[in-house]
Amino acid sequence: MSPPLSAPADAEPLIRWEWIERNLSDDIAEGLREHLILSFTPVLLGLAVALPLGIACARWRRVYPFVLAATSVLYAIPAIALFVVLVAFTGLTYSTVIVPLTLYTLSVLVPAVVDGLRSVPDQVRQSAVAMGFGPLRRLVRVELPLALGVVMAGLRVATVSNISLVSVGSLIGIGGLGDLFVTGLQRDFPTPIVVGIASIIALALVADVVLLAVQRALTPWERAGRGRSAAAPEPEPVGGEQ
Amino acid sequence: MNAIFSALEWFTRAQQWSGPDGIPNRVLEHVWYSLLGFALTVLIALPAGLVLGHLRRGRPAQITGFLVTSSANAARALPTLGLLILAVVLTSAGDLVPILIPLVVLAVPPVLVNTYAGVRQVEAGLRDAAEGMGMRGRQVLLRVELPVALPLILAGMRTAMIQIVSTATIAAYVGLGGLGRYIVDGYARQDYDSMAGGALLVIALAVAVQFVFAGLSRLVVSPGVRAGR
Repeated sequence: MSPPLSAPADAEPLIRWEWIERNLSDDIAEGLREHLILSFTPVLLGLAVALPLGIACARWRRVYPFVLAATSVLYAIPAIALFVVLVAFTGLTYSTVIVPLTLYTLSVLVPAVVDGLRSVPDQVRQSAVAMGFGPLRRLVRVELPLALGVVMAGLRVATVSNISLVSVGSLIGIGGLGDLFVTGLQRDFPTPIVVGIASIIALALVADVVLLAVQRALTPWERAGRGRSAAAPEPEPVGGEQ
Repeated sequence: MNAIFSALEWFTRAQQWSGPDGIPNRVLEHVWYSLLGFALTVLIALPAGLVLGHLRRGRPAQITGFLVTSSANAARALPTLGLLILAVVLTSAGDLVPILIPLVVLAVPPVLVNTYAGVRQVEAGLRDAAEGMGMRGRQVLLRVELPVALPLILAGMRTAMIQIVSTATIAAYVGLGGLGRYIVDGYARQDYDSMAGGALLVIALAVAVQFVFAGLSRLVVSPGVRAGR
């Protein structure tokens, strides 16, 4: 992908391929396995909580400002602080990393579900009512499918951030591929660090592409609309308004 | 809950409040690194976002738009700790400069994207009106587009500042001072009180940043712009 890099200062190259070969089947594979568990469990848990919570917030509008304030404060708290506070309750287990990441996932997904449901045009809702859809059937058959595009966009953001945040867990010894960073620092040896960074970015990229494909498969109508205006993609601003 | 009370007790010990490892000094260090990183970030990202957003015609504008968007997505995937450790292993440990580089690299995209998107989203009619009044490009940018884009720009800056505060915490692992020291040193000594105390201080700082930006947006965003949104 990029031209071979080398450290200018001394003879130690940025990447020693033989180290990768030697450690591929244990350190790297084990880190990857742990990384997958630590990053995807929170996404699934977060989705399971965010859907009902988001539906409730969209229905009872008074509740939403409180939930939004809570999630935006939560999102501001650095992961390492949450990990450390949790160690007292969950010890040095996977839960210590999974719980904070689930909370971060929630703070991305709940607004996404609410925005998605609110983006359903009123005439569509009224048509569904006119066709005799009850509230539950309207939600499941009409509103949720139409909200799916926004929800999936949130899911992609949450998944990619989780994949990169897991590595912070290596500061308390549970960091998946992030443990390679610590190895590299302790031995003053760049190869594991580069391998760690590259595999985390690659993992995030693959996850994003897969989710994008799922999103496209589930919402074919959006593609038809987008085809016409695909020339200039508008950037999505971050950190919504208060 | 005992663990939390015990950590709160940590705050009451006299030695926490003086000397180089005292809370006042560590808070000051943390705020200093964060402001330094933030200033560099804004210095780079704000003018770039304004200019890129303002130049909207032709193919180059489309390409830069795509690049700006991708940079934000890519930044989300970058593992902070890895960048910090790589910067330190490749240079000399403990220096501020190699640590500031990843700090700024991670904080530039949110400011850049929000500034760019904010300027782009200014209504065409508003710009035409400004030009009709005889404003030049630079005046349109600074007196119309910038004020209207300000809420989004501030949201991006807030995201960047939060990112910087939390990255500066992690930077204690590679020898930087600041609040992260309590967490990293506490972990090394298996001193949970110090770790939790440090974590609580970091949380307080992050919440304070939120409040500062909420106050700032009240102060600087024009009432007309606020009412319209």
